[in-house]
Amino acid sequence: MSPKLLSIQDLRVAFRMGRGTGRVQAVRGIGFDIDEHSSVALVGESGSGKSVTAMSIVNLLPDNAERSGRILYGGRDLLQAGAAEMRALRGREIACVFQDPMSSLNPVLPVGLQLCEPLRTHLKMSPRQARERAEALLAEVGMPEPRRRLDAYAHELSGGQQQRVMIAMALACEPRLLIADEPTTALDVTIQRQILELLATLKARHRMSLLFISHDLGVVGEIADRVVVMRHGELREQGAVAQIFEAPRDAYTRALLACRPNLAGPPPARLRVIDEPMTGDAAAPAQRAARDPDAPVVLEVRALAKSFWLRQGLFGKREFRALRGVSFALRRGHTLGVVGESGSGKTTLGLTLLRLLEPSAGEVRLDGLDLRETRALALRRRLQIVFQNPYASLNPRFSVGQTLVEPMAIHGIGATQAEREQRARELLAKVGLDDSAFGKYPHEFSGGQRQRVAIARCLTLQPEVLVLDEAVSALDVSVQAQVLNLLRDLQDELGLAYVFISHDLGVVRFISDEVLVMKDGAVVEQAGAEAILAAPTQDYTRRLLAAVPRGYVAPVTP
Amino acid sequence: MSAPLQRSEGVWQAAWRRFRGDRLGMVCGAVVLAFVLLIVLSALGLVAGGWQRERGVPNAPPGFVGPRAAEGAAAVAVPRGPNADLSEVDPLAPRYAEWDARAAAFRSVEVDKLQTLPLGADKLGRDVLAKAVKGTEISVFVGVMAALVATLIGTLLGAVAGFFGGRSGDLLEWLYNVFTSIPGILLIFAFAAVFGRGIGTVVLILGLTGWTGIYRLVRAEFIKHAVRDYVRAAQAIGASAASRMFRHILPNVSHVILVQLSILTVGFIKAEVILSYLGLGVPVDQVSWGTMLAEAQSELLLGHWWQLAAATLFMAVFVTAFSLLTDALRDALDPKLRGAE
Repeated sequence: MSPKLLSIQDLRVAFRMGRGTGRVQAVRGIGFDIDEHSSVALVGESGSGKSVTAMSIVNLLPDNAERSGRILYGGRDLLQAGAAEMRALRGREIACVFQDPMSSLNPVLPVGLQLCEPLRTHLKMSPRQARERAEALLAEVGMPEPRRRLDAYAHELSGGQQQRVMIAMALACEPRLLIADEPTTALDVTIQRQILELLATLKARHRMSLLFISHDLGVVGEIADRVVVMRHGELREQGAVAQIFEAPRDAYTRALLACRPNLAGPPPARLRVIDEPMTGDAAAPAQRAARDPDAPVVLEVRALAKSFWLRQGLFGKREFRALRGVSFALRRGHTLGVVGESGSGKTTLGLTLLRLLEPSAGEVRLDGLDLRETRALALRRRLQIVFQNPYASLNPRFSVGQTLVEPMAIHGIGATQAEREQRARELLAKVGLDDSAFGKYPHEFSGGQRQRVAIARCLTLQPEVLVLDEAVSALDVSVQAQVLNLLRDLQDELGLAYVFISHDLGVVRFISDEVLVMKDGAVVEQAGAEAILAAPTQDYTRRLLAAVPRGYVAPVTP
Repeated sequence: MSAPLQRSEGVWQAAWRRFRGDRLGMVCGAVVLAFVLLIVLSALGLVAGGWQRERGVPNAPPGFVGPRAAEGAAAVAVPRGPNADLSEVDPLAPRYAEWDARAAAFRSVEVDKLQTLPLGADKLGRDVLAKAVKGTEISVFVGVMAALVATLIGTLLGAVAGFFGGRSGDLLEWLYNVFTSIPGILLIFAFAAVFGRGIGTVVLILGLTGWTGIYRLVRAEFIKHAVRDYVRAAQAIGASAASRMFRHILPNVSHVILVQLSILTVGFIKAEVILSYLGLGVPVDQVSWGTMLAEAQSELLLGHWWQLAAATLFMAVFVTAFSLLTDALRDALDPKLRGAE
């Protein structure tokens, strides 16, 4: 067994709130060790305290945090270390990589300069030495043309390249411990794959330790040696990665593993949710009912195109084609999954379908009617959209009741206010919220509950087609499972057709009958959900599929 | 089934709860409320109704200073001896008796002019305290009304420019640029020359010149909010542009507008003082803090400082309390600061 690099013992972190003596316990007495040359993953859903735990190691917490316990590093207790001592440690021996590379880089300085800064302050290098070392570092993290990139600004790099720069910066002083806080969450799956591989290579080459924080067990399974599962600031389970994945002892870990839709095995009819599987596997998920393949076509899209005009030079304009001739047909009660990397035109497709953006060419037919002819108001009733971010899509100044009654009042559904309120309450019950939600405001709900309200708002208008634009992407896996189950139930009950836009292939596979793969605004491949996963015909689809993290795969014993 | 509806704390109730926790804000709120009460009483004529009456001797000092020492008696020697009899040569002499008889029909009351007043008197012997109270009414009315006018113009134009953008946005930007490129005082003079003198004019002048700042802020907020998901969602359910602008976005930017409104009020009270001082403000038969300061200029040369002090004191207390109240309001209303709770 290799020696311990860092040992966290009975760590507690509380945040002082307001002027009074109120405290919020973020971390409630956890302890784990990080061995030398090993990678430990902290896994948990939002609010589990995983980031707070990691940031308390380097004391990058806000001023109102109170830490107690012990964090032993090289014989010292980091909780007792002074500000100067911590500064010397940070970046030099313990380095961090954060989630959003765009906001971690200074937009007005070239990346080379930012890369040289730690080299000059910590290692006291001359400017020329630092520049040479920076170039070597960029080469090491797999940046093409490193010398030229030194003078590039953050906005000139792609998201993956920015994250490479951040990793290079973290590696600058050859730290012994690298803390990576959700380093791949903001990136596309294919880029995520590259970054994970880079981290694994660098860890082996520099013989450093890695503390990897993630909400995604699939990612964790690929990179970690040990896994620590947290929930509500408490440690639920820790163990070697094989044990966590193959024989999880804690019910919560089992639930986390079960509720994520994956690419292996036949798709279940329902996903299991956190509190269900803890009671055991009583209800075996049945095969879902087959869809009627001859259902009438409700939405038909032909050669839909959308261009944006970008200014170029003083008077010039350049056409940017966000959608290039997308066609598909959607049958009643069916789901069309739309997948693709960021920038592939998925969201533009959703907005253009609803005419929230005017299409440049092509036609959208709803029940055979061209939407250009019917009045916009009549159309908007029958096509509805649920947005990605449930925190932004509800008006914070409207109570849930107001939010639900407004669309009915606009379209004259229900004769009186009382009738509309009655109907709003029925819909709340239908999406699984109780009656008390009616008078509440959005900030009183969690993300999953808000998304339920957003879905209920769409249902007030009795739509035929629902566009779900990354509707579950911002949610925790357990909540994601609940909302996906809800969507499926509503589809069975109301015969809704969904256009399900997502970057997550596992989720798309669970909910879709047919899948549309998009790249640069064009449809690359279109086939049944199972067919496209089993036998993709296009290289691009194959690359996407290969990049999906599959969790821990036991090494094949020779 | 009509279960008793459970209503949650709305945004405004939450703001009020946060505001109540701010002690300084509450004190300032009380001060401002006291001023408002004073204004209402004075508008109803219950207080300071007779501010134009001469209640004291000219330039009577304040009570706490004490009456002015009597003038030196030996200024001009009063001639002694009998008066010279001029009736022989006075052509009006025969009519004196007749005039005396007619004068007896009228009664003239010699008002007992006070030697001191609580805050002194001006050069006409008018009570400075009453003037200051009456001046509060005019000054605050002008400030608030002008701020309301400016806010209304700025919010409407800003909402249109920010929400629609495009050509109407460009047009309004040009208007804004033209307005801000003219020196403010020149613009005020120009409007004053066109509209003439009066309280309504002062309100209009300040409102028409002061909307630019709030326009810029509201426009920025609308640009930001117009592409937010909740506005898109409202569009998807078929809400009209006006409904999206004023039912959905406006309540979400109301804290910006409210705070700007109070900042403008403070600024306009000071602007009214300057205008009145320059003679472009309220008419001579009315009084405001500005006219008081204008009069104080000549009085100060004679050492009569109390009118200046009274006007300054009233203005300083009100403006300071109002500004701090504004600060507290912003803290209570701005959702971004909520993390600091």
